[in-house]
Amino acid sequence: MNNSHPLVQLTLVRFREFMREPEAIFWVFGFPIILAAGLGLAFRNKPAEVLQIAAVTPQLSTPLRAEMLLDVRELPQAEAEAELRNGKVALVAEPGANGTVVYRFDDTNPEGRSARMLADRAVQRAAGRQDPIASSDTLLREPGSRYIDFLVPGLLGMNLMGSAVWGMAFGIVDARRKKLIKRLTATPMPRHYYLLSFLLSRLLLLVVEVGAVLGFAVLVFQVPVHGSLLALGLFCVLSSMSFCALGLLIASRVQTIEAASGMTNAVMMPMWICSGVFFSSQRFPNIMQPLIKALPLTAIIDALRGNMLQGATLAQLTPQFGVLSAWLVVCFFVALKLFRWR
Amino acid sequence: MPPTATKAALRVRQLRKTYKDVVAVNGLELEVRPGECFGLLGPNGAGKTTTIEICEGLTAADSGEVEVLGMHWDTDSKALRQRLGIQLQETQLSDKLTVLETIDLFRSFFHQGPGGMEVIGLVQLEEKAKSRVGNLSGGQKQRLALACALVGNPDFLFLDEPTTGLDPQARRQLWELIEKFKLSGRTILLTTHYMDEAERLCDRVAIMDHGKVIALGTPRELIASVCAEHLVEFSAGTTTHPLDLTKVSAIDGIRDVQRENGSVRMQVTELHLAVPALLAELGRQSVPLTELRTHSATLEDVFVTLTGRHLRDE
Repeated sequence: MNNSHPLVQLTLVRFREFMREPEAIFWVFGFPIILAAGLGLAFRNKPAEVLQIAAVTPQLSTPLRAEMLLDVRELPQAEAEAELRNGKVALVAEPGANGTVVYRFDDTNPEGRSARMLADRAVQRAAGRQDPIASSDTLLREPGSRYIDFLVPGLLGMNLMGSAVWGMAFGIVDARRKKLIKRLTATPMPRHYYLLSFLLSRLLLLVVEVGAVLGFAVLVFQVPVHGSLLALGLFCVLSSMSFCALGLLIASRVQTIEAASGMTNAVMMPMWICSGVFFSSQRFPNIMQPLIKALPLTAIIDALRGNMLQGATLAQLTPQFGVLSAWLVVCFFVALKLFRWR
Repeated sequence: MPPTATKAALRVRQLRKTYKDVVAVNGLELEVRPGECFGLLGPNGAGKTTTIEICEGLTAADSGEVEVLGMHWDTDSKALRQRLGIQLQETQLSDKLTVLETIDLFRSFFHQGPGGMEVIGLVQLEEKAKSRVGNLSGGQKQRLALACALVGNPDFLFLDEPTTGLDPQARRQLWELIEKFKLSGRTILLTTHYMDEAERLCDRVAIMDHGKVIALGTPRELIASVCAEHLVEFSAGTTTHPLDLTKVSAIDGIRDVQRENGSVRMQVTELHLAVPALLAELGRQSVPLTELRTHSATLEDVFVTLTGRHLRDE
């Protein structure tokens, strides 16, 4: 029965406490996926637009329907013209004198002009026109340039920060409030094991958490990961540890959950705004850029975008690595200096 | 035999601790013998918790000396922690863990001790082993807290107000568990503000007030030293027809007559002589008797006699 190492037991406890808290599970796993799905839907790239046109006779509508980019409706003359005036159709095709075709459209409207070219090409080809030069199309719709591709690394970074800072600050302040920390220090438990257990359980959860969000993004939205997975994992671990150190610093002396919650929000709010989760942090004035670049969330989001979207190597991401390491070391040492065990 | 012949389990000398402007412990002296159950009895704010937490190595004293099991906190804390079982006041164990998980956690910190289920058996929580701590009753939680103190098979058990806030049945149940531990010959230091708890569990009691020990001895000795064997409390007389107390005080075998919130309290040596004499005196004065109570003296009476206050006045 007594073969259990205290560090294993402490980590198990952290893990169990997390898994038995349904709200925490939602915020860590459910929330980012729902957010990514929602935003992905809203900002999805639409397929090439189909133009609405009207044809007055079946002789005209049949050849026009061969063109995939046109949606052809057959309407009586008067009704077709009314639809054109209302902007419901971009063009009306009607028979002219001596087997000619008349296209009625507004030439100041680009849709009208496109519809005119597409309709005429369809009519001419149906009548047997051969193009003198054969041509083919190469379509450019590059994955990695869509909004969802930009968004996923941002959400991932935000998630890494949130779960580490909240998990650390709440776990410790709650235990302190319940006098549980004091009770544990009354046992022979080596104190550093207590803090280590928080880091270990975070790393365990990190694998599941990043895996879930990234897996969802890759499978459902085909978000690319151009860089090395190993470097990506390294950055996730490093940033998670930096954010844990930040959480530990917040929790080092606070006695109540309310105070911890206030401080946590005060620390994370500027990063939610400035670090480029939903839009590029480059939009902020130049004078703020050095400050924004020094924030840990900016560093991890830039590193994730660099790795996933541009395939940047670890060497190219040295500045971000440096920023995260500095936060880790400084926060951790200050936190240990300030930490109160009761 | 000189008192130094047996090594004390706990020795406290000239202990002082001040919080801002409050003197919590003021030159306290204590000695707990191996194998005894020693009680610190006193009202809230007497300095009991500060004292026990200094002895547990959780709070640093301003000055003074503490020796536990022949060791000192500043040099032997690692070895000491392995040998002590500690229960703190108002620790909330994690609600989301089960009883067995909680015990396994605490057990992992100690080199030796009984297995998880065995400790749970000691505090009679077998049926709750798989229940979440959050679903336990107050008494069950307190027994779990005791189990957490017992996992390391301690030589010395510190209990800070172990039954505060429990219903009478849960208190009796916990007392039985503590008595069982006592029978195994190990040392206990407990704090309480319940006199019945101290009388039932403790071999010796130190009564504390304002950071000092004001009386020390076995419960019997303490009661005998300051009180006669019995106490009589009565209410008599009206505002228009008050009782003349000087005549009552003059009765043989009655001493220490005190007025207290409209009633009178006094000590008597021989109840069967004093009560008829009192009733006769009331009859002579034609003062109506509205209430009469007698009881054997308790530690509460010792405290009242020493300080003029009740243990739970605060």
